Amino acid sequence: MSNDALLVLDKVCKSFGPVQVIDDVTVEVHAGKVSVLLGENGAGKSTLIKMIAGVHEPDAGQILFKGQPVRIRDTKTSEALGIATIHQELNLVPSMSIAENITLGRVPRKFGVINRREMRKIAREALAKLELDLDVNTPVGDLGLAQQQLVEIAKALSLDARVLILDEPTAALTTTEIEHLFSVINQLKAQGVGMVFISHHLDEIAAIGDFVNVLRDGKFIATVPADTEENELVRLMVGRDIDAQFPRVATEPGQNPLLSVQNLSDGRLDDISLEVRPGEVVALAGLMGAGRTELIRAIAGADKYTSGTVKVNGKKLASFDVAAATRAGIGHVPEDRKTQGLVLDASVAENIGYATMAATAKNGLVDRKGQKARAQKVAERLRIRMGNIDQPIRSLSGGNQQKAVFGRWFTAGAKVLLLDEPTRGVDVGAKVEIYELINEITASGGCVLMASSELPEVLGMSDRVVVMSQGRIAGELATPEATQDAIMALAISNVHREEEMGIK
Amino acid sequence: MSSVATAPKKGFDFKAFLANNGALVGLVILCLALFIATPRFLTGPNLLNIGIQVSTIAVMAFGMTFVIVAAGIDLSVGSVAALSAMGSSYAVTTAGLPDALAIPVGLAIGALSGWVTGAMSAYGKLPTFIASLAMLTVVRGLTLVISDGRPISTGSSVSWLGDDLGPIPMPIIILMLSGLLAAFVLNRTVMGKNAFAVGGNTEAARLSGIPVKRVLVTVFVISGLFAALSGMILAGRLDSAQPTLASGYELDAIAAVVIGGASLSGGVGRISGTLIGALVLAVIRNGLNLLSVSAFWQQVVIGAVIAIAVGFDVLRRKNVKH
Repeated sequence: MSNDALLVLDKVCKSFGPVQVIDDVTVEVHAGKVSVLLGENGAGKSTLIKMIAGVHEPDAGQILFKGQPVRIRDTKTSEALGIATIHQELNLVPSMSIAENITLGRVPRKFGVINRREMRKIAREALAKLELDLDVNTPVGDLGLAQQQLVEIAKALSLDARVLILDEPTAALTTTEIEHLFSVINQLKAQGVGMVFISHHLDEIAAIGDFVNVLRDGKFIATVPADTEENELVRLMVGRDIDAQFPRVATEPGQNPLLSVQNLSDGRLDDISLEVRPGEVVALAGLMGAGRTELIRAIAGADKYTSGTVKVNGKKLASFDVAAATRAGIGHVPEDRKTQGLVLDASVAENIGYATMAATAKNGLVDRKGQKARAQKVAERLRIRMGNIDQPIRSLSGGNQQKAVFGRWFTAGAKVLLLDEPTRGVDVGAKVEIYELINEITASGGCVLMASSELPEVLGMSDRVVVMSQGRIAGELATPEATQDAIMALAISNVHREEEMGIK
Repeated sequence: MSSVATAPKKGFDFKAFLANNGALVGLVILCLALFIATPRFLTGPNLLNIGIQVSTIAVMAFGMTFVIVAAGIDLSVGSVAALSAMGSSYAVTTAGLPDALAIPVGLAIGALSGWVTGAMSAYGKLPTFIASLAMLTVVRGLTLVISDGRPISTGSSVSWLGDDLGPIPMPIIILMLSGLLAAFVLNRTVMGKNAFAVGGNTEAARLSGIPVKRVLVTVFVISGLFAALSGMILAGRLDSAQPTLASGYELDAIAAVVIGGASLSGGVGRISGTLIGALVLAVIRNGLNLLSVSAFWQQVVIGAVIAIAVGFDVLRRKNVKH
């Protein structure tokens, strides 16, 4: 394209064994521009990033830095060139202060002892570049995730990073935090930093990107301007048209509530009552920390609650008893599949089978044939893409892993599905498949309670929206009338203060 | 439909075999080297001797495998072996119970000790390392209290555990039977599979409705049972229960499990691997004895072998996961 590119991956290829994961891909990074990498999970984005970061070297093709061919043998070389990667899992020491983290590995010394004054100065300068107003003595563990991320970016800048790779930086941030991150990215653009940005959210691409490099199955598809229409981006990425991003098929809800929660209270939950009828999808919206996850976990039996009742089909459930909830027909798809949903070393079949293993056992012996057959069946039905059912679930893509967690509850015959951020870190194609699973559940007389931070998903897939704020229910909206603005207005409402003032 | 993508390879995949059975390959190489180095290695009496030597550690390590698969560690097994042996001998000699009760009493002591360790970590939230470290001292202390620091004769109660059945020593027979039992329980029962799930990811197991605490207590009870059996074999061979019996064996048992490919972070482990791990340790000791290497140097070599074996395993795992 042009010669002024900061960094060019020029026709690079990479294979692992017989699998070609990157095939003749060219990507350019320009100073002061945001270059977006777009592709489904498994398209080769992370391998490309690892090439830039010095984890993998290309088998063929070359890497040009400021027009000169370079070999990035290891992460040290990459750092020396001024390349920094901000991973989803941050590389910070929670117990150490911001200043210590920013100067980690290059602590300023005076007469052999740490020069704390100089250390704080370096840290303050780094934060100033991002116009961040934080006390550099604060332990990083005390900061929220969004601020930690900014500290990591500040650390990279204080190392004179000229190329910044942002790997799904928005995945765990709230809308306000994302806006702040974007304003930081815009400042960095003005300072001439070249960036590579990865996100599954198409709206973010238009908001922050300059151009988009689309990958599919390790092959380079196209480079298009960032203001390309979303449908077109999806078509390029998936290789086919997706009819609808949110294929909700509403069903006529039944009369008696399948799930009913009455006056549920606990440290962070305050007098929650709600009902979900068979055939219904109720979305739980709200800001981070509003209590959505806490509510889902309390209903699922994962956490204790101090007062209130949870009933399934009119039958009361014991508090803090996952096994009882499971027997009553509750299935819980937790927020973080890696740490809460899956045993990564175990096989796909085993992961699907955990909820049914004890129930189908005879004399304490696992029904191995039956478990495997059931897993195979549900994997085919859910179109889990895998080599075979005995392979470790670790090797599956995020979307397919998530489908396996669904598969566990489908196999167990769950009627009440509690979904916590069901499509986080899942690519567009798999997202639609998960939405279709939600339709299947409601069509067969089940119900869904879904906590989600993604408002388009909330609006697109639910029949009703319950908005939480500060541990309470701030209000309820029927989906046809709900708008993003109406939801946000409820989400930021201060329910406690209003009550004190006698408004509610 | 999906099996088309990566059809299972036909024939023998030597590379995969090597990667999955590093300890076994190491054991075979070790045996070949000793076979070449000394004519005394591959003789019937010597092999039976190795079998007897390996039996106590291996039986103990079978139980340890359950704990390690569930992401725990049991440092108390050596002490539990001693208390069980001491208790069973005490029951039939000093307390005058019938001989037939010796083994049940020993096993009950092992199970109870394991239950206490398990309960301390499951319900008392102590890390398994600390709970079992405490039990290591407590149980050894109780052994000394019961025996007043002196050996107690087993009488005829468990001495048959050290005898021969035809040409084969009893310890080897018990080793094989308990190995089969352990493998069966670990791989075929709900309890065993639950141990893998709890060790692999405790939270995911809990959210799937698996009774995590009960699983944790059960693996320690199993470990206690196997430790007790191992202690009684040892006492049977000596015809007496020594208060210092099996002292320090817990480290060999852990080493055997880890050499056998189990991960100390949980979720991975095989009984066959543990047996191979115990054999590696026993064959090295035997070989060094045959080659007249001093006992002091033997310790150095064994330590190095543990480090190398686990180091290879770490490398292998890294390659598998990219």
